[in-house]
Amino acid sequence: MSGSAASHEVLAFVEAASGQKLRECYQCSKCAAGCPLGQAVDLSPQQIIRALQLGQAERALDSRGLWMCVGCQTCVTRCPCEVDLPRVMDALRSYALATHRPAALGEVAVFHRVFLKSIELLGRVYEVGLIGGFNTLSGHLFDSVDLAWPLLVRGKIKPLPPRIRARGEVAAIFARAEARRAMEATR
Amino acid sequence: MNAYSYYPGCSLHGTAVEYGLSTEAVCQALGVELREVDDWNCCGASSAHVANRWLAHGLVARNMRLARATGLRDLVIPCAACFARFKETQAALADPETAAAIEEVAGGAVPRDLTIDPLLAILSEPGLLAKLQAAVVRPLAGLKLAPYYGCLLTRPPEVARFDDPEDPQTLDRLLRVLGAEVVSWPGKTACCGSSLALSRTEVVLDLSHQLLAWAEEAGADAIATACPMCHSNLDMRQGQMRRAGKGDHALPVYYFTELVGVALGIGNSELGISRHLVEAAALLGRVPAGTRS
Repeated sequence: MSGSAASHEVLAFVEAASGQKLRECYQCSKCAAGCPLGQAVDLSPQQIIRALQLGQAERALDSRGLWMCVGCQTCVTRCPCEVDLPRVMDALRSYALATHRPAALGEVAVFHRVFLKSIELLGRVYEVGLIGGFNTLSGHLFDSVDLAWPLLVRGKIKPLPPRIRARGEVAAIFARAEARRAMEATR
Repeated sequence: MNAYSYYPGCSLHGTAVEYGLSTEAVCQALGVELREVDDWNCCGASSAHVANRWLAHGLVARNMRLARATGLRDLVIPCAACFARFKETQAALADPETAAAIEEVAGGAVPRDLTIDPLLAILSEPGLLAKLQAAVVRPLAGLKLAPYYGCLLTRPPEVARFDDPEDPQTLDRLLRVLGAEVVSWPGKTACCGSSLALSRTEVVLDLSHQLLAWAEEAGADAIATACPMCHSNLDMRQGQMRRAGKGDHALPVYYFTELVGVALGIGNSELGISRHLVEAAALLGRVPAGTRS
């Protein structure tokens, strides 16, 4: 796959950012058993941890499972070792994004990017812009378009974007957060 | 009078507009004052924490500061997803080094004395529950409901600190107080697919179809929820499920606040019942009209 990432560097970033010790996992697979996305992933949560333990960070970074995780928190709730897997997933994705690594599920990364752009510009989520931006950038031009009219007439989406007053404050939070992430990922 | 600072979040102004309407109507009827946080920003929802935890914490921290600026120490959040993000940041603030970093990113001090609760917890406090019970004028007699908590109200338990993560009961109790029958079903805390709705729609259709099927098999007339993400996946996408060959559902999904409102005798339009994609008024029409006292 694309890009090379030294496994020990990835592991160090993930353990620091997530606050988790991956060695504590003894592979009981309770997380995989309870994962609601078990049917839809290549690597299960347990296998993602295993890849990291074995020094195969790229397998974890390039997996579909990494981007499929929605953070339902079932795994961490049941883990006998209290490994916070959703935080591990977040840290891995954060590393992938900070190092401009292509995501195995590109459309999921696009969704997050468009969603965050809306907050950065407006302070809030603008659904029409979100759907339009996602469809354009992902190439799924007509996805969810069947819902647009029913949602508009019910007042569930609004044609004009919401805007908070202190947009500058929010943009500054984005900038400072980005600087901190970049510092950590290249340390 | 109970007073809370109130963080509606983006959904209650958008796709979950009926959750916002019914929250305000019900709180007013029960004498719960909601003071909306001024100029709040999005909590970062399901995206900020994926990209950068500092961004997730920074966005929440600004809201926490504004919430405290209302002069109230108790913050209520109806949206389960916003609630989870706030609690995550609150938990992170317990570590002094992390807290200093969060305050740097947020651009100022973040209050440590804020209590953060989901609306479901507030309305289920013994005092308010008793008040609610006494105020029911139109019991939801004959209505069979599947209580749906979803993921983020109760998980992870050390962060959410609300009810039991595998078999929660708060919503069950509340629905019984309203006079409804609560069905036993396996979907209580199962995931609907959440934020994959746009990016991996087929996954959401599968998981949400499963939830609707479970509720139907349990004999439920409807599902009751406290999460805008769950509601939009379950209510908005039944047509797409049908076209994808995933069931032939026509199951109403209500916010628990709508059901509280109906039991209090508040009208459908005030509660936003007509805003659902799956027709939701007819079922409520079967509930005998109450006598307003």
